[in-house]
Amino acid sequence: MSGGQPVRITVDRDRCCGSGNCVVTVPEVFDQDDAEGLVVLHQPEPPPEYADRLREAVDLCPAGAIRLDE
Amino acid sequence: MTGSTTTDLPLFPFFNTASPFAPLTEADRATIDDPLTPVQLPTGQRAWLVTRHADVRQVLRHPGFSADFGRPNFPMLRAVSLGSDEDRQGGFIRMDGEEHSRLRRMLTAEFMIKNIRRIEPLIQETVDRALDDMYDAGPPADLVHSFALPVPSMVICHLLGVPYQDHGFFQARSHTLLDQSASAESVATAAQELRDYLRSLIEAKQRSTVDSEDLLSRLVNERVRTGELTVGELVGMALLLLIAGHETTANMIGLSTLLLLQHPGHLAALRADPTLAPGLVEELLRYLTIVRSGLPRLATEDIEVGGHLVRAGEGVIALLSLANRDDAVFGDPEDFVLDRQAHQHIAFGFGVHQCIGQPLARAELRIALVELARRFPDLRANAALADIPGRTTSVVYGLTELPVTW
Repeated sequence: MSGGQPVRITVDRDRCCGSGNCVVTVPEVFDQDDAEGLVVLHQPEPPPEYADRLREAVDLCPAGAIRLDE
Repeated sequence: MTGSTTTDLPLFPFFNTASPFAPLTEADRATIDDPLTPVQLPTGQRAWLVTRHADVRQVLRHPGFSADFGRPNFPMLRAVSLGSDEDRQGGFIRMDGEEHSRLRRMLTAEFMIKNIRRIEPLIQETVDRALDDMYDAGPPADLVHSFALPVPSMVICHLLGVPYQDHGFFQARSHTLLDQSASAESVATAAQELRDYLRSLIEAKQRSTVDSEDLLSRLVNERVRTGELTVGELVGMALLLLIAGHETTANMIGLSTLLLLQHPGHLAALRADPTLAPGLVEELLRYLTIVRSGLPRLATEDIEVGGHLVRAGEGVIALLSLANRDDAVFGDPEDFVLDRQAHQHIAFGFGVHQCIGQPLARAELRIALVELARRFPDLRANAALADIPGRTTSVVYGLTELPVTW
């Protein structure tokens, strides 16, 4: 756990392949746009309690399009 | 690896002759030498077999590993003709970089989770109807032909705008395309017939003045008419979606049913609590990994994999099925565990080519298995396990039939 420290998420839509794994893992933070199905970020600085699931989203992203800074 | 003439390397692909639930025989498994095993392909080419979860993920995510079959030395899992440039148009699973993403991005939104949720009632209705028909026809039944195959086939036909009444035609040809023991000639003929069929269908949609909502009609109106996509490319994309859309899920439904019948406790748990289904589906995907001959890639630069240098120009085969049984990631990987957290599996592949239809496949599997468990509490296999025929030479493993009774 990140002990309450803020976390910051950045996404790279050029790399995104629209698999949607991030949307399944942290639907509060990630979405896909209607036109291209590429990643959309609802919250660039999500609450620290999401950190575990965010790390999982980073790990499951097949395209390596998500970065998490803790 | 190049230039040598020895032929004592293991021959790949291994054909699945063990059991429906083992990715390979003990004898084949014993030839695997982690992390990379040199193997010989039917074309005479050599390739490295990559079997560890972390290494397979690295290969499939690394832009230095190409998926483009047209490159010289690309490792081919069977000796077939690549076809002309025209034949290969639109087949974006065999493209890299911008060429790949341009086409894939025309389809991504179509298959994303929130759009698949909208078609869940259609899936449910299709499942209900197939099970009604199977029930009414009475036991015994072949579950593959009564249920596992028609459900995803009807759903993908509906989504694409392909008439389901033609299923006999396209199922026979897609079966040949995926059969690694089929002759190069019969594969080429099957591919050509399917392309001709889809081209006439697409041309009819171009002539149509009716506003249709199916995916191929929309791609005609929104992409072909605007000049963003050629008819040849759309034919290739349609071919890919039609085959992938019914073969993969159909085989997962049949094989999952057989596995669940071997584990009646799991099936009873699912019947009692359908909310177990999403987790169970992930474990079924991991355990059964039906693309058993793996995903071939060509190194376009020198890349270290598992501490070993793969040279530019060498081929690798990413073996999804063994990666999904890697004990570094999954505890007791040979056990089929109802509530395992299996979401790290790579049954859908990994990297930018990861299955675009995975939300559809998950929804179909979940709805099909929940409904089957609920409506057929006395379902059982009507043949000994050893007598249930498997698709041992297909790119997509599964059962050719599953005799059941209730």
